[in-house]
Amino acid sequence: MWVLLAIAVVVVGFALRINSMLVVTAAGIVAGLIGGLSPVKILNAFGDGFASSRSVTVFIVTLPVIGLIERYGLQHQARKLISKLKVVTTGRLLAIYLLIRQGTAALGLTSIGGPAQAVRPLIHPMAAGAAERRYGKLPEKLQEKIKGFAASADTVGLFFGEDIFVAIGSILLITGFVDATYGLHLEAIDIALWAIPTGICALLIHGTRLLLLDRQLDKLAAADRAAAKEATR
Amino acid sequence: MIKVEWFYWLCGIFFVLIALQVLNDRSNAKRLGSAAFWGILGVSFGYGTFVVNKQAPAWLLGIAVIGLAVLAGSGFPGKGEERTTTPAERVHFADRFGNKLFLPALVIPVVAAIFGAWLAKVKLGDGKLLLQTGSATIIGLGVASILALIVGMALLRPKSPAVPLHEGRRLLEHIGWAAILPQMLATLGLLFNTSGVGKAVGRVTDHLIPKGSLIAAVALYCVGMAIFTIIMGNAFAAFPVMTAAIGWPLLVQQFHGTPAVVFAVGMLAGFCGTLCTPMAANFNLVPAALLEMKDQYGPIKAQIPTAIPLLGCNILIMYFFAF
Repeated sequence: MWVLLAIAVVVVGFALRINSMLVVTAAGIVAGLIGGLSPVKILNAFGDGFASSRSVTVFIVTLPVIGLIERYGLQHQARKLISKLKVVTTGRLLAIYLLIRQGTAALGLTSIGGPAQAVRPLIHPMAAGAAERRYGKLPEKLQEKIKGFAASADTVGLFFGEDIFVAIGSILLITGFVDATYGLHLEAIDIALWAIPTGICALLIHGTRLLLLDRQLDKLAAADRAAAKEATR
Repeated sequence: MIKVEWFYWLCGIFFVLIALQVLNDRSNAKRLGSAAFWGILGVSFGYGTFVVNKQAPAWLLGIAVIGLAVLAGSGFPGKGEERTTTPAERVHFADRFGNKLFLPALVIPVVAAIFGAWLAKVKLGDGKLLLQTGSATIIGLGVASILALIVGMALLRPKSPAVPLHEGRRLLEHIGWAAILPQMLATLGLLFNTSGVGKAVGRVTDHLIPKGSLIAAVALYCVGMAIFTIIMGNAFAAFPVMTAAIGWPLLVQQFHGTPAVVFAVGMLAGFCGTLCTPMAANFNLVPAALLEMKDQYGPIKAQIPTAIPLLGCNILIMYFFAF
């Protein structure tokens, strides 16, 4: 039971806002020591874990080209394009992106979106551009709100879309684990089909919230203008 | 066969080049420590190939990884002065290139999709798959990035071929150490697993369920998946633990739930937890860093109000469809 202390290290470390890399390392060492691993075994586990999870860092290979097109005005062009389409508001744009992201992920095309290759260069500038057309220069609160929701549309769409696709990691993990452990013979397609109801709920809930985002931004912008007026008085 | 390791080497070379650039960047007050951080990381990516193949000791990489964590805890890597175009120049360029600027950005998803949907199934003459099994997405992303870069260079014709590297460094320096936090968390999951954290959690949940109540068991399985995912940052790590504790013995064996529904929805309940946790750094903290947000928890704050009702939906879906 003492091994649960490692979880406490994580929770306390994050709560105290200590550097996350240090927190994670400390928690790993604590778990290993209490779990009775020798120091060499702990180091081996760090090495093996790091080497076998390199795939999560591969997104960085997109950075040079994204940086290059940003240098030549990509974000500006994205804003300009969206500001011509008067019906496109921030919320509607993100809701459409959520639908596209979820739909493509359900077809197994998970690398179509993503924060590095889609949200930063395209989706966020367009969402911000739509808001700028409505409110002028955006105060920080609105900027942050739009960034947070732009990232959320990508993540929610991915999570609750990818599980509808048969050959995705989480489904293979489910079938692999329960077949090996409990001697079942689950079909991946059955697991995938039962991801659909939750996928629909996710689309409805988050889609609605994205559409309501426009009103929230209206309020924030109005409050900001009122505060600015107050300050100049 | 195209191997995924090639692309890890590509990442490694990218990090080493960044390290060399940082070393020469006099505007970066922390250039030595920062160069050490990116350099060690780059070498680790290549060395990892030999660790995975069991050709080199893993503990050496373990020391390097802890070294990276210590550097991160000491405030490295730092940022240098940004040498990119001014906003006015960007407006000028945008007017000149117009919508062609989208072309390289669109090459990435199109090529990645071709790899994921089609090339992943292509076999070579000897019956082996063209792409290494299970790695089509990563290989696709790597090839897509290279092709997009070629298209971008041909289109925009920057003065020096080093421009994309400088611009890549600009973005990478914004992300900083958070770039490898997801990898650290995956490593932590492995350590937790080997040390028996999962089993201990299973013993705790055993005491929490009132005997004979189906809805309580369903709710505890789903909420447990979410909470354990919040702690571990990964629903994959939570799934075996909660399934061994509740999903299999109670929901399937005792209450005769349909396994496919129980397990599919259980995993999705875990995903609700992923939406809420800084431990899932690649989905929640890295986007905040990429978008240069002041509040690194901004994406999580946008997601929690979706995650909570969605968790409720999962409980109801499992309760009504699995039994």
